[in-house]
Amino acid sequence: MPASWKRFRRRLLYCLGQGERNRTLREEMEFHIASMIDELIAQGMEEPGARSAAYRKFGNMTKQSEEARSIWIARWIGDLAQDLLHSFRGMRRDAGFTAFTILIAGLGIGAVSTVFSVVNAMLLRPLPFRDPARLVWMTNAHFNSTQAEHFADLRELNRSFSDLAGWSGFYYPGDRQLTGAGEPERLTSVPVTGNLFSLLGVEPALGRSFTAAECRGRYSAPPAMILSYSFWRRRFDSDPTVLGRTLTLNNRPSTIVGVMPASFDFAGIFDPARPVDIFIPWPLGDKAKPSGNTMKVVGRLKPGQTVAGAQAELASLAKQLTLQHPERNPLVPTLMPLARHVSGPASPALFVLSCAVSLVMLLVCANLSNLQLARLGARQKEMAVRAALGAGRSRLLRQMLTESVALSCCGALVGLVLAIAATRGLSHLHAFILPLLDTVRVDVRALLFTLLAAAAAGMLFGLLPALRVTALSLPTTLQDAGRRSTGARRHALLRDSLVVAELAFACVLLVGAGLLIRSFFRVLDVNLGFQPQRAAALRIDPSFPLPSLSRQNSFIDDVLRRARSVPGIVAAGITDTLPLRDDRSWSAGAVGQIYGKRHPPPEPFVRVVTDGYFQAAGIPLRSGRDFTAADRASDERVVVINQTLARTLWPDRNPLGQMITTDGGRRVVGVVADVRHTALEQPGGAEMYLPMRQTADYAAMQLVVRSALPAGSLAAGLRKALRPLDPNLPVREFVTFEDLVDKAVSPRRFLLMLLTGFAAFALILASLGIYAVISFSVSQRAQELGIRMALGASPRNLQFRFVFRTIELAALGLAVGLAASRVLSSALSSLLFGVTAGDPFTFLAIAALLTAVAALAAYIPARRASRVDPMAALRSS
Amino acid sequence: MGTDKTKSDLLPGTLDMLVLKILTRGHLHGYAIAQLIQQLSDDLLRVEEGSLYPALQRLELNGWIEGEWGLSANNRRARFYKLTRDGRKHLAGESSRYRQVTGAVARIMGFA
Repeated sequence: MPASWKRFRRRLLYCLGQGERNRTLREEMEFHIASMIDELIAQGMEEPGARSAAYRKFGNMTKQSEEARSIWIARWIGDLAQDLLHSFRGMRRDAGFTAFTILIAGLGIGAVSTVFSVVNAMLLRPLPFRDPARLVWMTNAHFNSTQAEHFADLRELNRSFSDLAGWSGFYYPGDRQLTGAGEPERLTSVPVTGNLFSLLGVEPALGRSFTAAECRGRYSAPPAMILSYSFWRRRFDSDPTVLGRTLTLNNRPSTIVGVMPASFDFAGIFDPARPVDIFIPWPLGDKAKPSGNTMKVVGRLKPGQTVAGAQAELASLAKQLTLQHPERNPLVPTLMPLARHVSGPASPALFVLSCAVSLVMLLVCANLSNLQLARLGARQKEMAVRAALGAGRSRLLRQMLTESVALSCCGALVGLVLAIAATRGLSHLHAFILPLLDTVRVDVRALLFTLLAAAAAGMLFGLLPALRVTALSLPTTLQDAGRRSTGARRHALLRDSLVVAELAFACVLLVGAGLLIRSFFRVLDVNLGFQPQRAAALRIDPSFPLPSLSRQNSFIDDVLRRARSVPGIVAAGITDTLPLRDDRSWSAGAVGQIYGKRHPPPEPFVRVVTDGYFQAAGIPLRSGRDFTAADRASDERVVVINQTLARTLWPDRNPLGQMITTDGGRRVVGVVADVRHTALEQPGGAEMYLPMRQTADYAAMQLVVRSALPAGSLAAGLRKALRPLDPNLPVREFVTFEDLVDKAVSPRRFLLMLLTGFAAFALILASLGIYAVISFSVSQRAQELGIRMALGASPRNLQFRFVFRTIELAALGLAVGLAASRVLSSALSSLLFGVTAGDPFTFLAIAALLTAVAALAAYIPARRASRVDPMAALRSS
Repeated sequence: MGTDKTKSDLLPGTLDMLVLKILTRGHLHGYAIAQLIQQLSDDLLRVEEGSLYPALQRLELNGWIEGEWGLSANNRRARFYKLTRDGRKHLAGESSRYRQVTGAVARIMGFA
């Protein structure tokens, strides 16, 4: 619309030159008056008389010019300022109410803003890589990793990606030992392909990435390394001269060639459980590197290529490769956007959190609405007077809304402070294994969101009272000296429905939190298959090589003998994988059984352990025997399997004495209980245990001890006992099994903590709402109560009436809330464990809790009702 | 934006039309416009200053008139308004509309 555009432009120009225009207008008017005076004088009037007559006729020049000006500027700007001033005066007058409103709104907005910041960091904000939308994650069938040889071929052959890169998924905390300068330390190192950093679009902050030559070395002896920022800061105090320095890793020299920037938090994005110290080159051609599906693969799509297109291409390439290389593992690549891989697992929880916090905000609004309505009694007169003086309905409405928005914006300030504190706290909680958690902070987007939320909340909780107050017939309000009229009754109805709504919201939140709490306890109650109490692990791989099995076995013998002699230690054993942390699986079948493509052999998880491990970890032996120190390389090869594998391989036979195909045939000597290795919520699956003294195929030695004392107090004793064996023994990594369990349930606890907090807040708000309504109705009905008491009603009887009315409201709120919970809780079902979404116990418990809280919240003001002095109440009007 | 209560008893929008019509006579300042309306209507229509200046602002905002500073007959600084091309068009539209309305009113009242 060109006409309105022109008007807009003129208006804008006007606003820019406002001062100038004001002067112009005044001058113009002065000219007008001067001309009038001239004329009056010409008609024969005296100058002073003419002057005053002209001014009289012209009227108030300020008012005139204001009116003329209001053509240009939107009038509401002026009104807004007036309303704001009015609001602040009102706030000062009613400081208690104001403080309460701001506090409640602040808590609500703080919660909303915090949850938004978490969602923002994990879901909305793009990953900190160049053009992250084109990055793709590749999984292989149900594995997260692919065989390196397949990777090399895919990288060569595909046309969809500008490049593919990867890293070894089989790195473990403390894989490499740093010795030489300073205290010896176990480092977590990730072997990466040379192009990983450039593919992600992240350059080292100092130095360079790996060269092609460095990527052709030996897996066991990386010639170069790149430090992670956190390791650089911790170990080298951010010293920029570390570049070019040579360190000793597993007794081999390795040169520092670069330092990654602080923004590159590899672990935080890809593997939140395992902080990474250094990156080392992964020589794809080295035959001695771990084989099998070991490689995590990311790709960068070429411009214009889609995930679906690339998927189709890789699928056909994979078919071809599987045919050409039957000796390799099967390849079934599946692609998804990298962002979905990173934050996908957390998104159901985030969705639940967002819903919960929205409910909290609605509850806050209902509560504040209620509070405003309670205050209306006092405000109604004021509004009536203003209306009588000529304020239009829309003007009054606007004033009321301005007030509530101003209040909620003050609340937003409080909320922002809370959110900043909360996000800062959250981002430093390393106890929680969640991706990108330490990037959680209140950024510009969260700030904008908070402002919007505050404005919306102000509108929402102000609208109802504003409509109420302006809709009341104004003249009758002035006459009505506080008597209850039909308006007041409707008013009460409105407030009752708000309380019902509050109770319903609180009910939904409580049911959600209740279901999650029940699930949490069910998870903790799960039979893990091992006993985490009083068990702990210490990593003990020696800093010197163990060239032969006999050397290795004498080391093992030494370690176990020394460990078992430490006072307080009941049992000790060595394993290569800790429960709930590390994992790998091999395929293994029963000897004599024929397997084919249709019936593949089972793929049990493999643990390499010594005698004593089962006692130390608390894994019960079901039949047969434990390993002994006599199970050595020279003897018959043996294996211990778990119940699931026993059932799978020999469903109708005694597994003891049977042979499995691993390592050319191993005899089953024992069956142990299943251990939940992947997660507390998932059954362990098939497992087999190989005696460590018969193999060298393991990546770590974890000494596991069980003690009579608290596990933490053992570290010093163990260290002293083992030091003589290996003076370079690093001692940092001492983990109790309870920590392992704790970490595994941490995402669940994170959600639970927040949701329970919200539910508690909701319960408080709802009971405040009930309290306010009942105490208001007590004060309104003081006169009636006085009459009733004068006529002989007992205080008990009166109290009962109020409490009963509340129970009525609560019942209604509960009915709505429980029905809504039943519908909404099915959204939770992916997060529940051991309880159904309609768990009757939870629903009943919440109903009882809410009813009790409601009755209590009503009882306190109701007690006041029974203390009304009948005479005073009757005289008061 | 800006409620404007026309204080004269004219039909709404009439004052704007009158001002535009007066300005077809040339560049005039506010006072002269008020005087001319009064004179030409044989003192029947008196434009109140409280209506005139908002009207002038409104017309200027719509781009129908333009104001510029000049000197009045007795050498005072005054703001003279002139009709723009848009204003002429608007005036033509308004006057034909006004003719229709008054004609219709007259027919109902039996004047015509």
